[in-house]
Amino acid sequence: MKLTRRHALVMGAGAALANCITLPAFASLGDDAIAAFTGGAEVGDTGITLTAPAIAENGNTVPVSVDAPGAAEIMVLAMGNPTPAVGTFKFGELAGSQAASTRIRLAGTQDVVAIAKMADGTFVKASSNVKVTIGGCGG
Amino acid sequence: MASGVKPRVKVPKTAAAGDVVTIKTLISHKMESGQRKDDDGNIIPRSIINRFTCDFNGKNVIDVTMEPAISTNPYFEFEAIVPEAGDFKFTWYDDDGSVYEESKTIKIG
Repeated sequence: MKLTRRHALVMGAGAALANCITLPAFASLGDDAIAAFTGGAEVGDTGITLTAPAIAENGNTVPVSVDAPGAAEIMVLAMGNPTPAVGTFKFGELAGSQAASTRIRLAGTQDVVAIAKMADGTFVKASSNVKVTIGGCGG
Repeated sequence: MASGVKPRVKVPKTAAAGDVVTIKTLISHKMESGQRKDDDGNIIPRSIINRFTCDFNGKNVIDVTMEPAISTNPYFEFEAIVPEAGDFKFTWYDDDGSVYEESKTIKIG
């Protein structure tokens, strides 16, 4: 087969896809991580705020912030990443607020989830869908 | 130790006792995720900072567990209560065992 410019483009797109192909099947991994964190306890949905952009042009650095007054720990998950866990913030006695901001990598368009463990042992969750134009999957 | 690691921290120089101050930290680190491949198709091994802590006069402010999904040059912004004058101590723990430290003094004024 003669390699035309068009073929080269198609193959390039295919190669880029192949790098990300390991992603979709991992939604359950994220659920497993949530179960491990909450221990199967019921998860509410009030008292936590997750701020993430609706559209991220570059998945390599997506600014997110979480705020959950009264939380002891907040775990952030990117449900569509090869490894869903992003990080866990534990607040000490001198924390001025139970809030933090950071920048994360997203492999593609997906839900970002934050789960807070409150001081009284209950859990609350917030999620936000982020559309990613260029994935940070390392292709 | 990863090359070119340089912590940068922004803390107000003074605060009133009991004030809540905003702290911004950034450390230059490539945070190799372990997902990328080099030109020959070999996986580049993971090399990240896996934990960050901030303490004030020995009392914990925040303790962050970090996974490969944290971006290159990890950035954190958070708030701390300043009950008295003293030192903030920031510590980053690298996968390779290196520990990077930075401290900032804050005065009551």
